[in-house]
Amino acid sequence: MDQGGDLPGGPVLLNSHMPLLAIKNLSFQVGAVKILDDLSLSVEAAQVHAVLGTNGTGKSTLAYLIAGCKGYRPTAGAIFFDGQAIQALPLHERAQLGITMAWQEPVRFEGISVADYLTLNNRDLDPAPFLELAGLDPARYLSRMVDRSLSGGERKRIELASIVALRPRLAIFDEPDSGIDMLSLSDIANVIKVCRENGSAVLLITHREEIALIADQASQICHGRMVCSGQPSEVAAYYKSRQCAACDMGGGGDGCS
Amino acid sequence: MDALDQMMAAFAAAGGDRAVLADADTAHLMVDGHRILSSRGIEGIEVVARETPSGLSATVRVRQGVRITRPVHLCFGMLHKKGSQHVRMAVQVEKDASVSFIAHCIFPGAEEVIHTMDADVVVGEGAEMHYVESHFHGLAGGVEAIPKAVINVAENGRYLGEFNLVSGRVGRLAIDYLVQVQKNGVVELLARVFGHGSDSIDVREKVVLAGENARGLIKTRVAVEDEASAEITGITEGNAAGARGHVDCMEIVKDHGVASAIPLVRVTNPLAKVTHEAAIGSVDKKQLETLMLHGLSPEEAVEVIVRGMLR
Repeated sequence: MDQGGDLPGGPVLLNSHMPLLAIKNLSFQVGAVKILDDLSLSVEAAQVHAVLGTNGTGKSTLAYLIAGCKGYRPTAGAIFFDGQAIQALPLHERAQLGITMAWQEPVRFEGISVADYLTLNNRDLDPAPFLELAGLDPARYLSRMVDRSLSGGERKRIELASIVALRPRLAIFDEPDSGIDMLSLSDIANVIKVCRENGSAVLLITHREEIALIADQASQICHGRMVCSGQPSEVAAYYKSRQCAACDMGGGGDGCS
Repeated sequence: MDALDQMMAAFAAAGGDRAVLADADTAHLMVDGHRILSSRGIEGIEVVARETPSGLSATVRVRQGVRITRPVHLCFGMLHKKGSQHVRMAVQVEKDASVSFIAHCIFPGAEEVIHTMDADVVVGEGAEMHYVESHFHGLAGGVEAIPKAVINVAENGRYLGEFNLVSGRVGRLAIDYLVQVQKNGVVELLARVFGHGSDSIDVREKVVLAGENARGLIKTRVAVEDEASAEITGITEGNAAGARGHVDCMEIVKDHGVASAIPLVRVTNPLAKVTHEAAIGSVDKKQLETLMLHGLSPEEAVEVIVRGMLR
C-alpha cells in the first residue's frame, strides 16, 4: 500500500485503499535509546488489532505516539488516521478526530462521579449499561467518585466502560487486563466485542497471548520492532515460543510468517 | 424591597433555600451588617443574638442529648458596598447532642467590606457538630474576611467543619482555626477556596490531638489563577497514645498565581502518629490528557479538574 504525500503533515493523496490507522516507518528515540525502530502497522475500521510484546518492548510508547501524549512525537515516520497525517496534531485534536485511549493505569480524579465521568462528552447519555458491560453494578457505582476510594480493578473497569461510551473511531486499550483478575477476562472480551459492533477499531496492547486471541489481527513487537504480523493464533504461538528473544530479525517484520 | 427581602434574594442567589427560613421547625439566624433581620430557635436549641456597635453577638446552645434533625441555618451578610461586620459566636453542643449548621456569609455587592468572626465552640462529650460555611464575596474583590475559631472537642465528640469560597472573588481571606481534641474525639477540617485576580488567601488551621486515640484530618483544596496567591498552613500535634492525624493539602496554580503549603506535624508521644501530604502545581498532565481523550478541549478539561478538586 502506498499512501504517497510528504511527511509530516500536509494533504495526503491516496492511490489505493487506506486503512483507518496507518503507521509508516515509525521511530521514536530518547537520547541514544531507540524505543521504536522503523515500525509499520495498519488497522482497519471496526477491526481489533492486538499488539503483543513483553514488558519494555515499546508497546505503551506506540500507544502514546498514536494518541499524541505530551512528549511523544515521532523521531521519524508518520501516523495516518483516516488518510490524514496526524503526528503533528496535539492530543485533543486527535481525540476530536475519534481517537481515544484507556491507560494501563488510569488516573484518579477528586470530585468527579462515575456518572459524570462516563458522560463527560455527552450529558444525555445513560451511563448504566456501560458500567454493566464492564462488570460493575450501576446502582453501587454511579454515584461514587473516580478517586482513591476505588480499587485498581474497579477504576480499570470504569475506564473500559468510559471508552465504550465514547463510541470512538479508534480505541487504544493499553494492557486492559492489568489489575483485573483472571476470571474477568470475559468482561474485557465483551468490551472489545461491543466496541467492534459499534464500529470502533481497537488497538489492543497486551503481553498476554490469550488476550490477543480476542483480536482479528495481531502483531508482535520486540525491542521496538515489529517482528511478526498475522492471524492472532499464529502470532500468539510465535510470541509464546519466544523465538525472537535475541531480537535479531534482520530488520524485523513477518518473523512468524 | 426591604432589607430582609434583599438578603433573602442574596441568600437564594448564593444557593440558600429560602423556604427553610420560613420553616417553623428549622432554627435560623439572619443578619445584615449590624442588624438582625430574622431569627428562630426550636425546641432543644437556643439561639440568642443581640446587635452590637460593631456587628453581632450570638450564642447557640444545643441541650444535652438533643439531636437536631434539620440543619440550623445561619446567614451573615452585608448588602451595603462598604462597611464592617464583626460577629462573635459562642456555640455549645452539650453532651450526646448533635447538630448541623449551614452558614452563608454573603456580601454580593461588596467593594470595601471587612467581615470578622470570633467563634468559640464546645462540642461536649459524645456530641457531634457538623458546620458548613459557604462564602460569596461578589465580583469586586473588595471583601476582607477574617474568621477565627477556637474549637474544643470533648471525649468521644466529633466536629466536622467545612469552609467553601469557590464562586466569585475572594478578596482577602485569613482563616485561623484551632481545634483541641480529647480522648477518642474526631475532627475533620476541609477548606476549599478558588482565588482569582489579586485575591489573597491565608489559611492556618491547627489541630491538637490531646487525648488518647484522638483523630484529626486537615484537608485543604485551593486553586489560584491570574495573580492570586495562597499560603496554607496545616498544623497537627499528636500528644497522646493512639492519636492519629493527617494533613492533606492540594493546590492548583494557573496563570501567574502563587501557592505555598506549610504542613507542620509535631508528635510528643511515641505512640502517636501524624502524617502529611502536599501537592502544588499546575493541573496534572495525565488527568488533563485523560479528559481530553474523552473529548474535552484543554480549557474544558482544566475547568473540570479544578471544579472537581473544589467540589
